[in-house]
Amino acid sequence: MDQILINLSLLAEFPIVNLKIILDGVMIGALFALAAYGLALVWGVMNVKNLAQGDFVIAGGYVAWWMTQQGMPPLLGVPVAFIVLWGLGWVIYKTVISRVIERDLFTSLLATFGLAIMMAQLLNLMFGSDTQSVALGYKTLYFFDGLIDVPVAKLIGVLMAATLAIGVILFMKSSRMGQAIRATAQDARAARVLGIDTEKVYAFTFSLNAAICGAAGAIIVMVWIIQPFYGITHSVRAFVIVTAAGLGNLPGVIAAGLGIGALEQYGAHIFGIGYQQAIAVLLLISVLLYRLIQQRRLRQSLQ
Amino acid sequence: MKKNTVIFYGLILAFIIVAPFIFPDFRTQLAALWLMIIVAMTWDMTGGQMGYNSLGNIVFYGTGMYVAAVVTIALAYDVGAYTNAFGGGVYKFTDQQYFLGMLLGILGAGVFCSIIAVVIGFVTFGLRGPYFAIGTLGVAIAAGELVSNWEWVGGGQGIALPVYPGDLDTGKVLFYFLFAVTGVVLFIFLKWLYSTRFGAAINAIRDDEEKAEAMGIHTLRYKLTTWAMSAFFVGVVGGISAFQLIHFEPLETAYQTINLGIFMVVCVLLGGKGTLWGPIIGAILFHVFKEVTWNYFLGWQWVALGALIVVTVVYFQDGVMGYLAHRKPEWFGVRLDDKKAEVSQ
Repeated sequence: MDQILINLSLLAEFPIVNLKIILDGVMIGALFALAAYGLALVWGVMNVKNLAQGDFVIAGGYVAWWMTQQGMPPLLGVPVAFIVLWGLGWVIYKTVISRVIERDLFTSLLATFGLAIMMAQLLNLMFGSDTQSVALGYKTLYFFDGLIDVPVAKLIGVLMAATLAIGVILFMKSSRMGQAIRATAQDARAARVLGIDTEKVYAFTFSLNAAICGAAGAIIVMVWIIQPFYGITHSVRAFVIVTAAGLGNLPGVIAAGLGIGALEQYGAHIFGIGYQQAIAVLLLISVLLYRLIQQRRLRQSLQ
Repeated sequence: MKKNTVIFYGLILAFIIVAPFIFPDFRTQLAALWLMIIVAMTWDMTGGQMGYNSLGNIVFYGTGMYVAAVVTIALAYDVGAYTNAFGGGVYKFTDQQYFLGMLLGILGAGVFCSIIAVVIGFVTFGLRGPYFAIGTLGVAIAAGELVSNWEWVGGGQGIALPVYPGDLDTGKVLFYFLFAVTGVVLFIFLKWLYSTRFGAAINAIRDDEEKAEAMGIHTLRYKLTTWAMSAFFVGVVGGISAFQLIHFEPLETAYQTINLGIFMVVCVLLGGKGTLWGPIIGAILFHVFKEVTWNYFLGWQWVALGALIVVTVVYFQDGVMGYLAHRKPEWFGVRLDDKKAEVSQ
């Protein structure tokens, strides 16, 4: 308790520390937003709530980490993770997801939860349970007499995340496949009548989601740490963001992503790093509560 | 038919009583099986009969463990000092303290978990379908993380309870029967409950909550009552487990979200949702599968369990009971003529 008060007074005494926390949070939040965008995509298009989302992120991170272990440049890990996870997503779609789309939502939730357990354990068996990260070896920029440090690696990470996000958005807006995906999200049956192969659209969407997550993970391993069992926290974060922002609300997803990143950094600063996972989960519960009260006013339930 | 039923239940009861003496090496194993059966049956109360798929029922198991331990310790010593010493030798429990603590602790765990269920349920039952599942999962993870940061109850190290004072084998038999009695009581209670108006009401909530509400069923009250009853039994077995395991820590043993928390769901799905016997059959099958993979595929057991979850959910969702009801409808009171009539329609 005393420690919490000391931490709080520190924030009041040095306002510039706030800026550092927010900056850190926003940089990591951009990556959360990326994974959340993938979740919202799959959720909106095929009505599957993917609890293995975080494990795709971690798997992408391990692909990039493994490549640097083989002596390849770290930045190359991002496109490679994108491609590898695309393949993985396609395989998972064909074997599991395609069979649960038509079922009730709990089925897909539980099936992806099983997948999450499997993936986390496979990664654990393959790479061990130590936390890993990749050092990029760029220098760090200092502002305000060294109170704020911005590693160039993190800036590059944010830049890559932004590039990827813009690429995906442009793809969804203008390409033929993007149009087909959006049409299927609106009404799958009508899309089928109009000659869209929805099965192909579903497979493509899920693979794209896995690939986005993989690329996000490859960036996360460069600016942060990964561990086989961190997947569930990433999934929870993605759920928080999508639940807070709503489906098909891209600016909302980005804002919520940056917001949760900043809030988590604040929480970790005030309560200590041991509470980081608890904070992510408590944010989920508070967002659900907020939405619940919102719906109560309309005499509806959250479903 | 009536006589057959009596013989059937009599045989099962006789087996339950003699099992720990015929298989003395498997006493702990059988107790673990009972634990699985009980949590599966309690999960089915909300998940199968009421249609609210909770992924966070494990929160009652963990809370039950902690309540039982804290009550036992608090009867004799100061809890903060005890957990600080972490099972240090200065804290001795007399037989009387141990057994009184056990009785009050286990019952207290059940009651406390019921209250917790009502409090949590007041919020979470506004969520439907997948939101309810994710919300309760969040509650369970958060509870584990918060308890593991709470120094008064031992923080991440957990609590070490006193060892059973008597002979070790007697202790194993005692714990087996504690689980078994809870299980049998739960089974009789559920058999009665599902045959009453209450059972019909929660089934109505599962089938269509809006219509149930329109028919005058106070849905929130029914949902809270059901969850509180289910939480009571989970809390009780949590309390028993605390004494059986002696030492437990928050994340891996008490609030084991991805272990027992998900196992109970898989047990129910494997056996058949919304039936009385389904969870029991599922729990037995699952437990056997789990122990076999643990023994022969060490290191890969988790992958095998994850695969079992996926396969069960994707390909075998109706479970054993659902499969039997489909293949042998006459066993479930459906006469064949009715079935033919159904087909011809």
